[in-house]
Amino acid sequence: MGNLIALDRTTKGYGAGAPALGPLTFTVEPGEALAVTGPSGSGKSTLLNLVAGLDKPTAGTVTVDGLRIDQLGEHALARFRRERIGMVFQFFNLLDDLTVADNILLPAQLAGMPRAKAAARTSELMETLGIEDHAGAYPGRLSGGERQRVAVARALVNRPALLLADEPTGALDTTSGRDVRELLIDLHRGGQTIVLVTHDLALAEACASRTVHLVDGHVAFDQTAEVAR
Amino acid sequence: MSALGRVVRSGVGRRRVQTLVVALATLMAVASAVVAGSLMVASSAPFDHAFARQHGPHLIAQVDGAKASTGQLAATGHVPGVTASAGPYDTAVINAQDPNGMRMPELTVAGRATPGGALDDLTLDSGRWAAKPGEIVLPTGFPPEIFPLGSSLRIQGGPVLTVVGRAQSVSESADAWVTPGQISALRVAGAPVTVEMFYRFASAGTKARLTADRATLAAALPPGALLGTRSYLDTKLSADGESAPFVPFLMAFGVLGLVMSVIIVSSVVSGAVGASLRRIGILKAVGFTPGQVVRAYVAQALVPAGVGVVLGVVLGNLLALPLLSDAEQVYGSAGLSVAWWVDLAVPAVALGVVVIAALVPALRAGRLRTVEAIAIGRAPSTGRGQWAHRAVGRLPLPRAVTLGLASPFARPVRTAAMLAAVVFGTAAATFAVGLASSLNAVAAAQHPDAATPVIVLAGGLGPPAPGGPPPRISAADGARIRSAIQAQPGTESYYGTAFTQVTVPGLTGSIQAQLYQGDSRPGAYEMIAGHWFTGAGQAVVPTHFLDVTGTRVGDSVTVVDQGVSVRLRIVGEAFDPGADGMRLHTDVSSFASVKEGIPVDAYNVVLKPGVSAVDYIEKVNAVLRPLGAQAVPNQDSGGSLLVVLEAMAALLTLMLVAVAGLGVLNSVMLDTRERVHDLGVCKAIGMSPRQTVTMVLASVVGVGVAGGIIGVPVGVALHDYILPVMGHAAGTRLTPRIVSVYHALELVLLGLGGVAIAVLGATLPAGWAAKARTAAALRTE
Repeated sequence: MGNLIALDRTTKGYGAGAPALGPLTFTVEPGEALAVTGPSGSGKSTLLNLVAGLDKPTAGTVTVDGLRIDQLGEHALARFRRERIGMVFQFFNLLDDLTVADNILLPAQLAGMPRAKAAARTSELMETLGIEDHAGAYPGRLSGGERQRVAVARALVNRPALLLADEPTGALDTTSGRDVRELLIDLHRGGQTIVLVTHDLALAEACASRTVHLVDGHVAFDQTAEVAR
Repeated sequence: MSALGRVVRSGVGRRRVQTLVVALATLMAVASAVVAGSLMVASSAPFDHAFARQHGPHLIAQVDGAKASTGQLAATGHVPGVTASAGPYDTAVINAQDPNGMRMPELTVAGRATPGGALDDLTLDSGRWAAKPGEIVLPTGFPPEIFPLGSSLRIQGGPVLTVVGRAQSVSESADAWVTPGQISALRVAGAPVTVEMFYRFASAGTKARLTADRATLAAALPPGALLGTRSYLDTKLSADGESAPFVPFLMAFGVLGLVMSVIIVSSVVSGAVGASLRRIGILKAVGFTPGQVVRAYVAQALVPAGVGVVLGVVLGNLLALPLLSDAEQVYGSAGLSVAWWVDLAVPAVALGVVVIAALVPALRAGRLRTVEAIAIGRAPSTGRGQWAHRAVGRLPLPRAVTLGLASPFARPVRTAAMLAAVVFGTAAATFAVGLASSLNAVAAAQHPDAATPVIVLAGGLGPPAPGGPPPRISAADGARIRSAIQAQPGTESYYGTAFTQVTVPGLTGSIQAQLYQGDSRPGAYEMIAGHWFTGAGQAVVPTHFLDVTGTRVGDSVTVVDQGVSVRLRIVGEAFDPGADGMRLHTDVSSFASVKEGIPVDAYNVVLKPGVSAVDYIEKVNAVLRPLGAQAVPNQDSGGSLLVVLEAMAALLTLMLVAVAGLGVLNSVMLDTRERVHDLGVCKAIGMSPRQTVTMVLASVVGVGVAGGIIGVPVGVALHDYILPVMGHAAGTRLTPRIVSVYHALELVLLGLGGVAIAVLGATLPAGWAAKARTAAALRTE
């Protein structure tokens, strides 16, 4: 089986001085759950942005699901994001004016999925994630954990090959954080490839099959779960 | 620089689009208002000042001296409502000749012992007053090169008078003055004995009031004694000349501009407050008082508005110059310029409006709680648009479109401001398009003979000898010319025209009469009421003639030509603003009793379809030249006034539409900046740049459609209100063809103009939104 993510001497710099990230070379296999850890300013979010196609490397290549995304234009990148990846953010980033169901539907609609099919997929996800009772509610009325579940559902609606999660429990209380952790573990068990950026080593340990620790933009260590334990 | 100054400077510098929008909106409003204001002053001040200085009469009455005694006339000075009176002064209508022996238009001469008086206190500009018989004083406007002081004026069938002075009557009470004893010698045998009386009334501000005053006078005199009256309002109207029609439409643009400035400024400052909550919070946290915050945000509006005001004053002065030059010619006074107080008052009012418009959102900024402002950081979600998202989301449209369509409902006040900008822009465009169509219709109506491509001139064609009198080529034989035209292949029809000057008892000075021979229907003026004349004894007159003479369609009027009275029945009111709106149209046979006859000196020819005017002229001239006549193409010189009006309307509309577009741009830019985080989210989950542009443009389409639907009727209503007012200022009513100019397709296109303004205004922010970097947008608080 080929790599789902392949970084080859990938570097990202902002102006003069040392690059914020890299050069970095590593791969992620399908089905892996990779946790990216490290202190603030270590390059975790920069790495996530490069893999999500939100930013472009200054040098090197980024290949995701067989696509050289560092070479794609804005339109192709948008298609890449809606078809191949799903994103979960620390602060949920749900649209306050849309209901829970509409938030989840949005990526499917942007991708042109037929209305009935998109609605069915949304219902399925809401049921799976236990938020079906909130379908008509607005995000502002939900708890943090519920909002993150909605965000996860939205990320999964187009059945992406890769789920990117940026500090998914960073804004949650302990209980909600535990719920989200369980959710990620379940998803991984179901075969979902996950890249998880977090400060929370406990979360990384619980959810990830492999951990990459960054310091000053470089890999300090790269361990599989068995070794880490 | 103080801390407040630095905050204001950085605020202005950071918001370049808003700064530009405020500056342009105020520029447009101020420029329009300065032009309108200066024209109003120029068109009223010279007349009003001179009128007051000379104690001008509100009404000049021509009375039949044979029917009213001196005692009866004196008694009219005491009828209710009359506050002052003067007269009677004997008058006579004379036919004079210029030094070359050419007959001049008829003149009404008054006999006055002195130029002064309780009313109509004349200004003696040069020479002296007539002291004995044989002397005459001419008006200042009379050409001095033809009649210098000391020159002679020969009266047809009467004495020779020496010009001894020049005087001015702003009320135009007479065309010349002699001693009272001279009048009887000037009267043509059999002409009526007429005298004139001057009156001022307690209430004379309106035409209706003066009509009532006139009725009171008529009742105080023996029946039939009051021959006619002339009101100071008519004289003022005539003095206003060409500049008067500019004022109503410039006022309309001025008001449109001013209202738009209020909307734009309040919207911009409001948006600036909404987008700067965090900044306001920080300012307060570091020690700014609420008052300083208010001053800072008012100043941020005042700085660009101040620039707009200065530029607007300059532009307004530049635009007013050519129009004031027209006014100079009308008043004969050199050096008319924009009144200094207009240049001060308009900016003061504009800046006052800006301050008030900015104060409301600025006060909101001052009242904001520091902690909330810092905590929220950006305008909080209001939750107002949720129902719209829910409703619009069900439409079978792409999601990017429905997201855009629902977004205006989240910020109803800002959407209302944007809608107002589009409404005003659309209304201005609709008004301007209608105005242009109406002006074109006016141009066509002013030249009804445009349907006759060939004119045959029957005499007087030779060039004048340098310095000598005009050539006196004998009139061609009319019958032979008519036969030649009739016989020429290609002639569909023709009619002859002639002009003469006639007087109307009761009116000072002479008016032009255009006489027609043959079937004149192809050259008929557009009718406002009644019909074109169909035979001798009938006349068609313009609105101003009816107003001045106090007549209506169906009434009869007597005109005098060369001492011969001609009774005419008014059968129609025509649109003919030429010749000061006093030109009378009738069949030449109506004047058959005039002893010298009035020769037809031109023939307008209608050609058969497909006949070339050039070929026709070449062929017919071969026949006409031996008869002393010549065919020439009928070329319309066009009206410079209409060109200036259209150009100004186009310029002002362009400015208004541009400001409307900038208003939309400003609103969408603010909206996009506020929603940049949401945009980042949408892009992160797969919204493409094209979908982003679609979403932003869709957010203004609804506003554009609504703006078009509201703006077009507003523009049409404005046009339908302003046009008659302009016509009134020019002394005429308008025909339906001039007022009803809009076509259904045109209105639909103008309605789509609202969408175009909105979409054009949103294009820049849409592009900006599409290009915004997703990662940066996601980081935005």
